[in-house]
Amino acid sequence: MARSSGSLSRYLVTRLLLVIPMVVILLTIVFLLMRVAPGDPVQASLGGRLPQSVIEQKRHELGFDKPLIVQYGNYLGGVLHGDFGHATSQNRSVMDIVTHEGAATLELSVAAMFFALILGLTIGVLIGRFRDSPLDVVGRLFGIITYAAPVFWVGILFQLLFVAKLGILPSSGQADVLQNIDLQNHAHTHIYVVDAIINGNWGDLRNVLVHLILPGLTLGLLVCGVFIRLVRVNVIQTLKHDYIEAARARGISETRVVLKHAFRNALVPVVTVIGLQAALLLSGAVLTETTFNWPGIGQALILYLNQRDYAAVQGIVTVFALIVVGVSLVIDIVTALIDPRVRYS
Amino acid sequence: MTSEFMAPTATTADAPTVRRGRFAGIRRALAPVKEARGLPKWVLYVGLAIVLIFVIFAIFAPWISPYHFDQYLDSHGHRFPKSVVGGHPSAKHWFGTNALSTDVFSHIVYGSRTALEVIAIAVVISMLIGVPLGLFSGYYGGPLDRTLVLINDAMFAFPSLLLAILVAFLLRGKFSFLGDSFSGIMSAAISITVIYIPQYFRVIRNTVISVREEPYVEAARVLGAKPRTVIARYVFGNVVQNVPVIATLNAADALLTLAGLGFLGYGVQPTEGAEWGYDLQRALGEASGGVWWTSVYPGLAIVLLVTGLTLVGESLNDLLNPVLRRRQLLPVKITGPELEMANADAAMEERS
Amino acid sequence: MSSLPAAPASDAVLSVRDLKVWYGTTRGAVRAVDGVSFDLKRGETLGLVGESGCGKSTLGRGVLGLLPDAAKRAGSVMFEGQDLITMPRRQLRALRGPKLGLIFQEPMTRLNPLMRVSEHFYETLHAHESDLTKQQMRRRAIDTLGEMGIPPTRFDNYPHEFSGGMRQRIMIALALVLNPAFVVADEPTTALDVLVEAQILRILADVKRSFDTAILLITHNLGIIAEACERVAVMYAGRIAEQGDARAVFARPAHPYTRELLASTISLSTTSLHYIPGAPPDLVDPPSGCRFHPRCPDAMQVCPTRHPPTVTTDLNQRVDCWLHGPDDEIPAGGTQPLQQEAIGVADEA
Repeated sequence: MARSSGSLSRYLVTRLLLVIPMVVILLTIVFLLMRVAPGDPVQASLGGRLPQSVIEQKRHELGFDKPLIVQYGNYLGGVLHGDFGHATSQNRSVMDIVTHEGAATLELSVAAMFFALILGLTIGVLIGRFRDSPLDVVGRLFGIITYAAPVFWVGILFQLLFVAKLGILPSSGQADVLQNIDLQNHAHTHIYVVDAIINGNWGDLRNVLVHLILPGLTLGLLVCGVFIRLVRVNVIQTLKHDYIEAARARGISETRVVLKHAFRNALVPVVTVIGLQAALLLSGAVLTETTFNWPGIGQALILYLNQRDYAAVQGIVTVFALIVVGVSLVIDIVTALIDPRVRYS
Repeated sequence: MTSEFMAPTATTADAPTVRRGRFAGIRRALAPVKEARGLPKWVLYVGLAIVLIFVIFAIFAPWISPYHFDQYLDSHGHRFPKSVVGGHPSAKHWFGTNALSTDVFSHIVYGSRTALEVIAIAVVISMLIGVPLGLFSGYYGGPLDRTLVLINDAMFAFPSLLLAILVAFLLRGKFSFLGDSFSGIMSAAISITVIYIPQYFRVIRNTVISVREEPYVEAARVLGAKPRTVIARYVFGNVVQNVPVIATLNAADALLTLAGLGFLGYGVQPTEGAEWGYDLQRALGEASGGVWWTSVYPGLAIVLLVTGLTLVGESLNDLLNPVLRRRQLLPVKITGPELEMANADAAMEERS
Repeated sequence: MSSLPAAPASDAVLSVRDLKVWYGTTRGAVRAVDGVSFDLKRGETLGLVGESGCGKSTLGRGVLGLLPDAAKRAGSVMFEGQDLITMPRRQLRALRGPKLGLIFQEPMTRLNPLMRVSEHFYETLHAHESDLTKQQMRRRAIDTLGEMGIPPTRFDNYPHEFSGGMRQRIMIALALVLNPAFVVADEPTTALDVLVEAQILRILADVKRSFDTAILLITHNLGIIAEACERVAVMYAGRIAEQGDARAVFARPAHPYTRELLASTISLSTTSLHYIPGAPPDLVDPPSGCRFHPRCPDAMQVCPTRHPPTVTTDLNQRVDCWLHGPDDEIPAGGTQPLQQEAIGVADEA
């Protein structure tokens, strides 16, 4: 590894540099989209409630009376300093929204990824290995249906079964009222699971985990369909490789051929795709949060959209863009570490 | 694996002889579908059958549907029951009624119309923009290509539903000149189009890049073929194979996006048409109360149509993509030499 | 119908009798190997030569049981008193490595790109001798690699850090690290340049000398056969046309196909290019009788009607050709020359 570290670090630097235009383009798209929005931002969010003079003043405060290019510069400059703006309808900074609601979304996403990877990898490898068997047909159908079923519908079905019929799981929210208050009062990271562990409050932890099951599983099922399909195809393709036949010719056991040779090599493209799943996960989070009344950033976005609070929407969308770019960067680095052949050319 | 080691395959040994003609390219591309046997073919047929049912629903909605989608009074002027108060599935309302006293089955039928209209418009527009863009960007390369790829990657990386929500939000009411029912469909379709242009662009461009380096295309260029000829004859023919697959898979995805938009309230509005995603939003509040029919049926409709389209796309992919295509495995029966000898003796007798 | 003794020769490591390997396809069964018999002694190299698509590689893999699911085998492959065909899969797998080895044609893709060379060796050794310590495994792997000229410093490198010739030497070391008694070398030098080819052939000769390994060397290069093999088997359309002592076969080919093949070789003394008209037959529906008859310059009336039985010539070559009789099995008028249908240009393409 020592001999290749030079080219690896060079690869990482190049990759980092490539991120910059990507971020600029995304931010520009966000900025332009918000400027073509119908009506005046301040008017839209506060109009009708305040006298014209106050609105004018507000416009001036927020810089909406400046030329577009200046606004664009201010926007980029703000993002550079970690300032994503303020919600017009509430006295809250976007950063504040990210640290509170974002924590809830992170908790949901991690739970979803956990479910998705367990289901996706197991099923994918199995049906890839036993291609065209009845198991394969069932597994593929499961993959297609998890993809075909809208997240919110799966969520509703879960509510029908586990809440209305069986009554064993809570229907919505991140925690029950008492636990919620407790966790708000003793917040460290705003990630409830982590906070409950830090506080050593196992009752809270149990309550939080119980609330996490349905939303996490719902969102996880959405993502696992992609993993199943991908792992299956990759295992099939990898099993065709020459080195698989060579391993068999050396008398390596079939289990080891599949798990060590095929699975590991099939995993490389999967890791890459986890990066793209970040986008799917965020899309899915918006829907899952709405379904389970989960106080995350996706629900916040819809709330601000409905209130026509452009500044908040712009800030949140900017954060989304940065998350996506950041995740894909991390994934690329991980891929480079897994696969010794990856060198930037 | 050496090529020698591979058994002669359907891909090489008996490549189907296809008549030349105007549609030779298409026929060649679809020949594997005709040849297909067993599971992939059945998957294709099942998918087509499902899609066909919804197409029939969409076209003949007024005749199939027992009521209009926003009808809540029967012919005597009596209001239909609300979902929570006696709206169970019954002989009058097969799938029950919803919170607004409208018939769930009628929403399924009219919903197919909305869904297929939006999908068709979205797929066609994104194809019309994405395919040419990908072709030229991939073939000519240069700074234009690099810029387009960057923009494209940026859009591709962004959560697609959010992009659609933003665009739908901005387009609200922009198409009111098209009339009530069509304006909602149009703005939903455009919001979805924005997501799928990058997908076509990406796939087509990457195919072009790899095809461009193929020895036979290089040979054509060396022989002095004009860029236009090369694109039209060699590159396009190869690239176009991908289009049916992407189009059907995108159509499936588009339906999910449409439903997502509807669920969040940014899709086709209830006054503009029946839309399953919106119906599910209305059903959400009733679910924990045990009202199942308002959510189960619209959801099933989405799952079925998406599954149908996915099955078509997947099996086309399996059939058209030679890399994924598996050689047909048939049981072999090794016959003894006796049979051969007997035949040989018979042949000898015939000769003499 | 085979004149080889039904019981395996006593000194043979490997005895193949009437081996058939057929592939199921949509068009019918492809008879890639169709009734092949041969013996291989300890420390002996048998060269298997033939055109592309004649079933050489299938034969090599068929012996080791490394075939795709679509293939079916019949006949017998006796190795150290056990039949490899009827043997359960697990047992056969356990033999691969310590008893049976395979060296591949293209070394570039045969090593798992994500595993270090060392890991390949550890995996192989561990699979068959699980009681070895890591130190012992390392020792043995480095020793074997050393014999192939790979320095110990490269032991922990990844496959992509080696050249093609080095990778082939690593592959050979991997196949030989457990000292198998029988090795199939499937065109081991085809993908390599001439200098590396000579190296590899020397390595194979060394291995044979020091470990008494029996080698089935598959190639389409007659020069390699002459250099590296004691005996040669010439394969045509799934069957062995002729086998015997390599020098004898090359000096006095008994089968017209061998003769034509030798005449087609290019050497410094070649003045004009010779080729065999026509193309190798379709193995789904092979020609009746002797499969070479449509392209054979010496074809007789009897040739298309039934397959010639194997005869042993006075030079101890076994040959399947009616030219060598047995005369009492040829019907009256059977030796008249055969009018062959004109071989179309399309056929030759």
